[in-house]
Amino acid sequence: MIDIIGLIFICIGLAFDFFGCLGLVRLPDVYNRLQAATKSVTLGTCSILFGTFLVVGFTAAGLKSLMCIVFLLLTAPVAAHAVARGAHRAGVKLAKESIVDRYAEDKEGEI
Amino acid sequence: MKKIIRWSIGAVLLVTIITLIIVRPFPFLFYPDLPYIGFLGRAIYVLILACALCLYRIFRGPTGADRIVAIDIFGIMIIGFCAVLTISTNRSWYIDIGIAWALQSFIGTLALSKYLEGRGFDE
Amino acid sequence: MKSRIILFVLAFLAWCFLNWVPDWQHLTTGFFVAFFVALITGDLFVTRPLLLKHPYRWWCFIVCYLPRFLWECIKANIDVAYRVAHPKLPINPGIVKVKTSLKTDTGLTFLANSITLTPGTMSVDIDRDNGVLYIHWINVKDKETEAATKIIVERFEKILAKIFE
Repeated sequence: MIDIIGLIFICIGLAFDFFGCLGLVRLPDVYNRLQAATKSVTLGTCSILFGTFLVVGFTAAGLKSLMCIVFLLLTAPVAAHAVARGAHRAGVKLAKESIVDRYAEDKEGEI
Repeated sequence: MKKIIRWSIGAVLLVTIITLIIVRPFPFLFYPDLPYIGFLGRAIYVLILACALCLYRIFRGPTGADRIVAIDIFGIMIIGFCAVLTISTNRSWYIDIGIAWALQSFIGTLALSKYLEGRGFDE
Repeated sequence: MKSRIILFVLAFLAWCFLNWVPDWQHLTTGFFVAFFVALITGDLFVTRPLLLKHPYRWWCFIVCYLPRFLWECIKANIDVAYRVAHPKLPINPGIVKVKTSLKTDTGLTFLANSITLTPGTMSVDIDRDNGVLYIHWINVKDKETEAATKIIVERFEKILAKIFE
């Protein structure tokens, strides 16, 4: 029974991973891609790891996959934040659909 | 109008590939007498499809930041590979590779974003 | 000293999780490794050790924060899947500025991470002196600072102020 629940979790994670990579292809600029990909792929991989924990139970591999969930939830948003700030400082423009950019306005004021 | 046509072509292609993966019996590279091996073999192929979309963005990306984002996402997806391989081959050391890959990929992404920002690494 | 003891306990627990089925050799090796790690990187991570002693803060963290965070995460993923699979790509992006009243480093880090994993928003930069966050929003509903603060930040700010301030 609990194996079936784990396999359902793995299935949901696969669907979210796939939609995240589709967003990486379809969306127009760096920031939108970063948003879609980081959110979907992080939660999808966490769901796959939780399904692994449910299938293998309280063994060495299960506890290590729980540790891996904690590492991912702590590190993935920080990496996304660093890449977004670096891209904006390097001068990557927003897409032409975007309507407001307060960060560029405030940075112009400083210089 | 052009957008709708491109969307429908892409949707038909992706639905065809996913249906092929689910319906047709692909050759499985693992041990065929373990439990759930049918489902997990198909899961491996779905993950390979997602990684192919990532590789498209790495080759095509207009700026360097796009490539860095795609490499980061690729690294997170390899952890998913390691988790699926842990169940489907019943070897518990695959998840060790996953943990090491999570930490190393995080540090690599931080270094690449510092390089993108155009500063030194000592900050 | 207290921060070193807390760091030692955390490192030892992480070691025990990483090689499960503990026996005496692994436990002694882990004891010495955790001792050296706590000795060298003493005050870097835990700056206010008294904060971990309140049971009320732990209660708030587990009961109020975690279910809210998971629920927002699931909503964010369904939102992203809808936007990506729609044929017309309904996005309306932009970078807005919001204000926050949190002061501590840990609180600001948790606030930025929560904003990144909730629907449609991602933190780009933090200005800690003025208490200002710059946020990339995939569907901008309001350009002004106060209205955006009311929509984005207030979901988490009260809970995090109870936990970390």
